Amino acid sequence: MGRDEMSDLQGKRLHKLVELVYHNVPFYREKMQALDLSPEDIRSIEDIRKLPFTTKQDLRDNYPVGLQAAAQSEIVRIHASSGTTGNPTVVGYTRRDLEIWSESAARAFTAYGVTRDDVFSVGYGYGLFTGGLGAHYGVEYVGATVIPTSTGNTEKHLRLLRDLKVTGIACTPSYALYLAEAMEKRGMTADDISLRIGAFGAEPWTEKMRQEIESRLGLKAYNLYGLSEIIGPGVSYECECKNGSHISEDHFYPEIVDPETLEPLPYGTQGELVFTTLTKTGMPLIRYRTRDLCSLMDGKCGCGRTNVRMTRIIGRCDDMLIIRGINVFPSQVESVILEMPEFEPVYLMVVDRAGCLDTLQVQVEVRRDFISDELGEMLRLRKKLADRLKSVLSISADVKLMEPGSISRSEGKSVRVIDRRSLD
Amino acid sequence: MTIKQITVFLENKTGRLNDVAKVLGANNINMLAFCIAETVDFGLMRLIVHEVDKAVDVLRDAGFAVILTDVIAIHCDNRPGALSKILESLAENDIFIEYMYAFAQSERADVIINPNDLEKCVRILEEKHSDIL
Repeated sequence: MGRDEMSDLQGKRLHKLVELVYHNVPFYREKMQALDLSPEDIRSIEDIRKLPFTTKQDLRDNYPVGLQAAAQSEIVRIHASSGTTGNPTVVGYTRRDLEIWSESAARAFTAYGVTRDDVFSVGYGYGLFTGGLGAHYGVEYVGATVIPTSTGNTEKHLRLLRDLKVTGIACTPSYALYLAEAMEKRGMTADDISLRIGAFGAEPWTEKMRQEIESRLGLKAYNLYGLSEIIGPGVSYECECKNGSHISEDHFYPEIVDPETLEPLPYGTQGELVFTTLTKTGMPLIRYRTRDLCSLMDGKCGCGRTNVRMTRIIGRCDDMLIIRGINVFPSQVESVILEMPEFEPVYLMVVDRAGCLDTLQVQVEVRRDFISDELGEMLRLRKKLADRLKSVLSISADVKLMEPGSISRSEGKSVRVIDRRSLD
Repeated sequence: MTIKQITVFLENKTGRLNDVAKVLGANNINMLAFCIAETVDFGLMRLIVHEVDKAVDVLRDAGFAVILTDVIAIHCDNRPGALSKILESLAENDIFIEYMYAFAQSERADVIINPNDLEKCVRILEEKHSDIL
C-alpha cells in the first residue's frame, strides 16, 4: 500500500474512532470539549495532533472500565496488567478486537517465515498477561502447530523442544537465555533441538543479546513488540531484514513525541512512542503514551513492506534512571556486559544514596572459565568492566563480581534494577 | 612437586564458606589445607584435598564456581630461618610469588606456592633444595 493510500485509510479510521469515543467514552468527550474539538474537526490523519494524549495514569484513574467504549455485552475478553504501582490496567476486547489481534500477530509470525509446517512453543505466560494468548493466536492463525507451554517448567519445556522437534519459540529474550543455560547444563547443544525461529519481546533487548540467543539456541531471533493497553503482542514485528520492527499502522497509528514537551518529532528522531488504536472498539485509546523510547523509520524495507518501522526500544521514560544527574538506561549496562565474554548475560543494577550522593552498583556473574585463583586477576576483571561502564554511562559504577548462577533469572519480565532511593 | 589446587569463587557473605565445608564433609572429603583471599564483595578459597576430581565434581554439582590450578607443594623444616633459605634462592632467580600459604605440624611445615613461572620455580627448587620437594 502506498503512503497516500495508507494515510487516507488512517484518516478515515481516525475519524470513525473519534466519533466512537466522543459518543461513548465520557473521559474523551470531556477532554475534547475542553479543547473545543468535535469529531467533525478530525478528518485526516494529520488532525491527530489536535487530539489529547492518554496516559497510564488515565487508565488507572478510570479503573476498571471507565475507558471502555463498547457495552459490557459486547466485551468477550478482559486482560489486565500487573498493578504493582497502583490499580491494574484492565483492557476489554470485543470479538472484532480479538480478530484484529489475531491478524496482527499472524502478520508478525508470517514475517518471521513461519508456515503451517512449523511447531511453535509459546513460552510467554498465559493468563491476564497478553503475551501467551497473543502469540498463540498469531501462530494458530498462520496454521502452524501451537504448544501452549507457558512459563514455569523449564525441564518440561526442554523435553518438549527436543522430543516434539519444535521449530519455533516465543518467549522473553531473558527466558531464551535462561533456556540456553539450562540446556547447556544438561549437556545439550543447539544440535539436539530443531529450533529455527524465535519471537522475542515483552522486554527491551539488544543486538548483542540477539547474537547470543541465536548462537546458543541455533535459531533466527526476531523482535515481537506489543503492549496490552494497545492490544498485546503483534503491534510491530521484525522481518527477515531485522532492520526495525514493522508497525501494523493500519490498526495502530504510531507517533514519536518529545516526552517533556509532547511535541511530535520527525522520523529518525528519538522520543516517546505513542499509539492510537484506529480500529479497536472495546477499549480504543487515543494517543496513548507507551513510555517506550525509540524512533520511527519510513521508506520501503528490503523485504518489500512499506509500513513504517520502529527502531529497537532503547529504554523507557520511566525506566530511565537519573543517577547523579545523568540519564542512565539499563540497556546501556546490558550492552556493555553482553560485549564481554567474561560475564554471564545477566546483571542487576542497585541504585542507592550514600549521604547525598547517588551510588550505582552493577552486579554481574563471572563465567567459570574466567575465574582465577589470583586475586589480582579478579580485580583486573572488575576494573575492566568498571572502566567500560564508566565510558558508556559517563558515571562510575561499583562493580560487584558474583558467583555464576547467583543472580535470579526470571521466567517473565526480569528485575534488572533495584532503586533503593525511592524508599527514603 | 606440583599438585592440583582447587579454587572456589565465593560471594563474601555469612555462611558461604560453611556451604563449601558442608558439601565436602557430606562427601567425606577432608581438607588438608586452605587459604582465603578476600575483597569486600567476593573471596577466593584455595583448597588442597586428596581426592581432587571427586571434590571438583561434588562442588560443581552443588553449584560452586570451581577451577583447578597447578601449584608447588614443598616440605620445609619447622624451625626459624628454614623458609627464608628457600625464598632467598627463588628471589635470586627472579621468581615472583603470586601467593603462598603454609601449615605446620610438629617438625615439618608444608608450604604451597604459586609462582609467576611454575616450571622455572620447580627447576630451581630441584637444583637447590631437592630434599624438600
